[in-house]
Amino acid sequence: MPIHDQSYRRYTGERRPAGQAWTVIARTGLRLLLRRRGFFALMLASWLPFVVRSVQIYASANMPQLAFIAPTAETFRQFLDQQSIFVFFVTVFGGAGLIANDRRANALQLYLSKPLTRAEYVWGKLAVLMSLLLMVTWVPAMALLLVQLAFSGSFAFLAANAWLVPAITVLSVIQAGTVAAAMLALSSLSNSSRFVGLMYAFLIFFTDALYGVLRVATRTTAASWISIGNDIQQIGDAIFRLPPRYETPWPISLSVLVALVAAAAVVLERRVRGVEVVA
Amino acid sequence: MSEGMPANSEAVVTLDGVTVAYGRSVALQDVTSTFPTGAVGLLGPNGAGKSTLIKTLLGFVVPSAGRMRVLGRDVAHDALAIRGRIGYVPENDAQIPAMNAVSFVAYCGELCGLPRADATQRAHEVLFYAGLGEARYRNVETYSTGMKQRLKVAQALVHDPDLLFLDEPTNGMDPKGREEMLELVHDLGHAKGVNLILSSHLLPDVEFACDHVIVIDRGRIAASGPIASLKQPRGQLFELRVKAGPGGLDAFLARLQAAGFECHLSADDTNADLMRVFVPGEGRARQLFELAAAERVQVRHLRPSVSTLEDVFVRAVGEA
Repeated sequence: MPIHDQSYRRYTGERRPAGQAWTVIARTGLRLLLRRRGFFALMLASWLPFVVRSVQIYASANMPQLAFIAPTAETFRQFLDQQSIFVFFVTVFGGAGLIANDRRANALQLYLSKPLTRAEYVWGKLAVLMSLLLMVTWVPAMALLLVQLAFSGSFAFLAANAWLVPAITVLSVIQAGTVAAAMLALSSLSNSSRFVGLMYAFLIFFTDALYGVLRVATRTTAASWISIGNDIQQIGDAIFRLPPRYETPWPISLSVLVALVAAAAVVLERRVRGVEVVA
Repeated sequence: MSEGMPANSEAVVTLDGVTVAYGRSVALQDVTSTFPTGAVGLLGPNGAGKSTLIKTLLGFVVPSAGRMRVLGRDVAHDALAIRGRIGYVPENDAQIPAMNAVSFVAYCGELCGLPRADATQRAHEVLFYAGLGEARYRNVETYSTGMKQRLKVAQALVHDPDLLFLDEPTNGMDPKGREEMLELVHDLGHAKGVNLILSSHLLPDVEFACDHVIVIDRGRIAASGPIASLKQPRGQLFELRVKAGPGGLDAFLARLQAAGFECHLSADDTNADLMRVFVPGEGRARQLFELAAAERVQVRHLRPSVSTLEDVFVRAVGEA
């Protein structure tokens, strides 16, 4: 008897209703990425600033002579700023292949032949990258808040700065959402994750460099909206009630980020298809 | 039988005036047809529109005109429900990178709505069924072409579809692998009760695995029906070997064609004088002898021949 006669049978079990496939994509994507040793090491490294800040909080809470390094609301803003470098690396190494690798392996037609929409596919991939980015921004920042609570032994700081919770959340989500959308759009443009990583780095560094040139030429910071990183910083300062570091009004920075996300959505709508038609 | 699954007497796919165009190039033109239950071959030369038709049924390509129903549901309005009940084996290599075969197939099952435990169990079963049991923990990117073809079948079967689309499943396979793949497809269609549509340009593949064929050529349906019925002669087919007369072989062929006979010379150089001649109607051999005599051609060999799917295909494509 051929081996294939031994096993196939009809399936009579339950099936989940449509609309939940994105969770499967997100869960599997995270598992595959975190299984890579190098990437896992990067995720661990991204928590080093958290360890340093925890030591700072511990020292300030237990050594009166170090009270001057006690955390303030601005400490959390600075912490999120410091995490930007990890946001960059996690985006490049975790996000570049999300769609590009599927395109290289012709997996899009497999995904889209299953009962899931293109929006679900994109949302699943977006959830992978956003989860990773929140793991290096929102999660350690909130954990730091808990550390502060634990070491100080009082709710006084939290009560005085209760707005920190929504502020950290909003800034982290804006940063993760914008960066993830941009990276996914770039990832859908190529079959090579390396090329996508380079494109993303070019986008970030080129807009930064362009702003630098304009700042020197015009002697103002009014053109800061050109740089994506500056836009996120400007919005972060507004959310954390800090004096803005650039002359660009924060609504303009926000508009630039919204436009970036909209452009990414258009690119994804055009590029994520079961079949590529060249008429 | 699953919800939405048509009764045996119904068609699994119906097409009504479907037109698909890529820019100015028309890939399918006003196609109207029905695909019955069972194993159906979608036969046609390269570029005939077979893959376009499958991709249109999957919802990858939106037709510019016409209506399509799959398993009783309208493709335009119910694509998700349809995709939950079908399996698709694409023509080219397709896998999800950095996974072994079990993870890959189980993942496909989960995407189709199976709970994780069921998807994993089914993945093992269908991988054994597809002949990949021993290699199921290998990374899919290390698979040979034949193994990748089997893997595509496994991922299409994991959720137990009611209808399976197989787009050139024997592409790139060695003869043994091709034979095994065709046996698998035949078994699915005949022993396991899975409705399937096998798209191929290879006549023997369709003839072996399917009971029904739809011939497509230049974006139009050229012929359709049960293979056995299509092979029933509407005349008589003869295998003929001749020695050409003074006018040469071409003159004899021209005379046969003028009389309404279809002639196909052997593609084999060593049998250049061998031809298959289809004589319509009553199909008397006497008519052939009369025409040969008129052209002063010696008939060295004449015997009635059995009509094959190739004859059906050649006639259909020739008429289209």
